[in-house]
Amino acid sequence: MAALAAAGATVGGGVLFGRMVPPRSDGGGAASDGRDPSAAPSLSSDLLDLLDATAEVLYPDGVEGRRDFVETYVLGRVSDRSDYRDGLREAAAQLDAVARDWEGSPYAELDADARDRILRNLGVETADPDPEGPISDRIRFYLVDDLLFAFYSSPAGGRLVGIENPIGHPGGIESYQRGTMPDAPGNTNGGESDG
Amino acid sequence: MAEDGGVGDSIDRTPASSADVCVVGSGPAGALVAHRLAAQGADVVVLEAGPRFDFAGRREQQEEHIRPGMGDPWEMGGPRDDYTTAGRHYPLNAARVKGVGGSTLHWQGMVMRLHERDFEMETRHGVGADWPIDYDDLRPYYAEAERALGVAGAMDNPYAPPREEPFPLSAFPPSYSDSLFAEACERLGIDMHSVPNARNSEPYDGRAPCQGYGTCRPVCPSGAKYTAESHVTKAESAGARVIDHAPVQRLEHDDTGEVVERAVYATPDGTEHHQRARRFVLACGGVENARLLLLSESEQYPGGLANSSDAVGRFFMDHLFAGAGARLDEPTRQNHVGFITSECHQFYDDENPIEGTKLEFLNYAGPSPVIEALHAETWGDELLTQLRDSYGTHIAMGGLVEQLPDAENRITLDPNRRDDHGNPVPHVEWSLSDRTKRAIRRANDVQHAILEELGASIEWTVGPEATGPAYHQMGTTRMGGDPDESVVDADCRTHDLSNLWVVGSSVFPTGGAMNPTLTIAALSLRAAESLSASL
Repeated sequence: MAALAAAGATVGGGVLFGRMVPPRSDGGGAASDGRDPSAAPSLSSDLLDLLDATAEVLYPDGVEGRRDFVETYVLGRVSDRSDYRDGLREAAAQLDAVARDWEGSPYAELDADARDRILRNLGVETADPDPEGPISDRIRFYLVDDLLFAFYSSPAGGRLVGIENPIGHPGGIESYQRGTMPDAPGNTNGGESDG
Repeated sequence: MAEDGGVGDSIDRTPASSADVCVVGSGPAGALVAHRLAAQGADVVVLEAGPRFDFAGRREQQEEHIRPGMGDPWEMGGPRDDYTTAGRHYPLNAARVKGVGGSTLHWQGMVMRLHERDFEMETRHGVGADWPIDYDDLRPYYAEAERALGVAGAMDNPYAPPREEPFPLSAFPPSYSDSLFAEACERLGIDMHSVPNARNSEPYDGRAPCQGYGTCRPVCPSGAKYTAESHVTKAESAGARVIDHAPVQRLEHDDTGEVVERAVYATPDGTEHHQRARRFVLACGGVENARLLLLSESEQYPGGLANSSDAVGRFFMDHLFAGAGARLDEPTRQNHVGFITSECHQFYDDENPIEGTKLEFLNYAGPSPVIEALHAETWGDELLTQLRDSYGTHIAMGGLVEQLPDAENRITLDPNRRDDHGNPVPHVEWSLSDRTKRAIRRANDVQHAILEELGASIEWTVGPEATGPAYHQMGTTRMGGDPDESVVDADCRTHDLSNLWVVGSSVFPTGGAMNPTLTIAALSLRAAESLSASL
C-alpha cells in the first residue's frame, strides 16, 4: 500500500523527523483495514480502537470512561460530516500503516509508550494541523487535535484544568458567577457533562 | 446562463422587475431598513455580496474558530476581499464579514448609546465635527433599536445618557471576575456598572437564551446573540427578496445625474445583472460603502458618486483598543462566557483628554485551556501540567478610545490591485495622531491603577504602540448639513442624488468611544422613516 511504502521509505534509516510526503489515494492508498476509502465505509469499531488508543496517549493518566467519551464526542460529533470523517479515517489508516511498518503491529495493539513514540517520531508534536498536508500534519489535524479539542472543550478535560465549562461547551452561563468549581479536580470521569 | 448565477443551489439570482427599494448589504443597517420598508408594503430587493450561512452549521463553525488549520468560519479573505493598506496596518478582513447578517455574524454584541456630547464635539470642544442631529433626535430610535435587537441591560449606569424606559431584557449579572475588581475600584472611587448586551438573557424574539459557549466572537451557536439574520428573515417574511452571492459592482445614474437608476451586481458565474429601483440604500459597511461610491464614478461624477464634497472615503475612523493584563494569587474564573458584564463609563465625558474612553472588565483574560492545548507541543500529563500552570489566575481590563476624524485617514481605490471581478480593491490609509496616543496612555494609566490596587502583577499592556482597531469602521460617508462638507444629510440621504441613501457607521461624523452598532441601528430606523415618506 502507498501508505506503507511511503512511510517505510522515509523511515528506512531508523530516524524520522519533520514532514513526510503524503501517500496519494490514487496510488492505491486503501485504508489499513483493507477497505477502499473511496467507498466511504461506515465508521467501524476498528477506528474506535485506534482513536481510543491514541486518546490514551494524548489524555492525562487516569481518565475514566475514555472509550465511551471518544465514541460520543469524537465519532459522534462528526457522524454527519462525511468529508471530515473520510479524512479522519484516512489519517487513522496512515498512522496504523506507520505502526505496522515500524513496529510490526497495528497501532491500537502497541503499548502506550510505543504509541507515544510513534507520534513523536513522526514529528506530530510540532506539526502544523493541516488536513491537506503531509502525514504528520494530517495526523495532527485529524487525530491529535480532534481528540484534544473534544477533551478540553468538554467538562471532562476542563475540570482537570479548573474550568467546568470551557469554551466550546454550553454551560458557562451557569458557572461564570461562581468563585469555585463544584467537585474538585480528581473527578476524571471522561463521560461526564456539566450542562 | 444559469438562474442561480453559478452557485449551484438552483436559487434564482436574476433581478426582480423594478423594485421600490434596492438595499445593498444585509448587515444590521440594511436588514433593519429592508424589514421596516417591506413591513410597510414596499417592494424590497436586498443584494448581499456574501453567502447565506445556515444556522445549523454554527457548532461546526465554532470548531473552525477554536481549532487551528480549519480556516475562517466566515470565509473572509481571498480575491473577493482583497485590500491594501498604508500607514498603520488595518486588518480589514478580520474586521468584517460578508454574508447575510453582515458583521453581526462575528460581532461581540455590545450596544451602548452615544453620549450627548458625541453629537456636539466641535461646538463643545472645538474638535471633530458636529452631527446634524443631536441625542434627543436619536433617542426614540435608540429605544426602538434596543427593542429590535433585544438588548439586555440595567439602569445602573450613572454616566449613561438619559433614558426613561427600562431595557427590553434584564441585564446579565456581574461575573465572579467582576467581583474581584469591585473592591479595588471602590477604594479608588471608580464606578462599575452593567453592560448593555444584544444577547438574550432570557428567550426573546424567537431566539434562545444565552448558554455560555464562550465564543460569542466570532460564533454564537445558541442563537442568543443578535445577528441581522433576524431582521433579514423578518424582511423576507414581509415580502422582501434577498439575493446572496450578489456583490454590487457599481451604481448607475440617469442622464441628469440626479437619481440612481440601477445597481449592477455580478453572480459567481461572472454574469452582470441590473437591478432597477426607485430608491437605493447603501448598507455595505464603513469601507465598502465608500468604495462602491468611488467605483460608481461617471462623467458627471468623476470623483465618485455622491462625492461633490470630496468627503467620500475620507475621515475613516475606528476605536482603539487599550488594555492591560495581570495575574492574581487566586482563581479568577475566566473564559466561562465570551462577553463582558461590567464596564466603567466614568471617564467618557472627561475633557482631559477630550477623546472618549470606556473601560471594560474582561471575563476572558488569559488563555483558554482548549485553545492552548491545540497549540501545545506536547500531550498527556505534560500538557495537563502546562495548562494548569497557565490557566486560572489571569485578570485583565480592556477599553475603547475615541479617534477623532482626520481627512487623511481614508479609503481610496487601489488601481494596482483588482478583486475577483476586476474592480480596484480598497486601499486603507490609517494612522494614529499623537493626541489619540495620549488618550490611549491615559486609559492605560487607569487600568494600571486598578490592577495595582488589586495587588495583581501586571504582565502585559496594550498601549499606543501595540494598539489595534476595534473593528468599527466609521466616518467615510459622513453626515452633515453642508453639501460641501458632507456626503449625506441628517436623514442619511446623499446630498447629490435624491434617491440614494447611505446607512451604517460610515455616516458618523465622529465616533465617540461606544461600540457603534446600536447607533447604526437607530440611524437606520430613522432613515427608514424618511425613505418611507419619500415613497
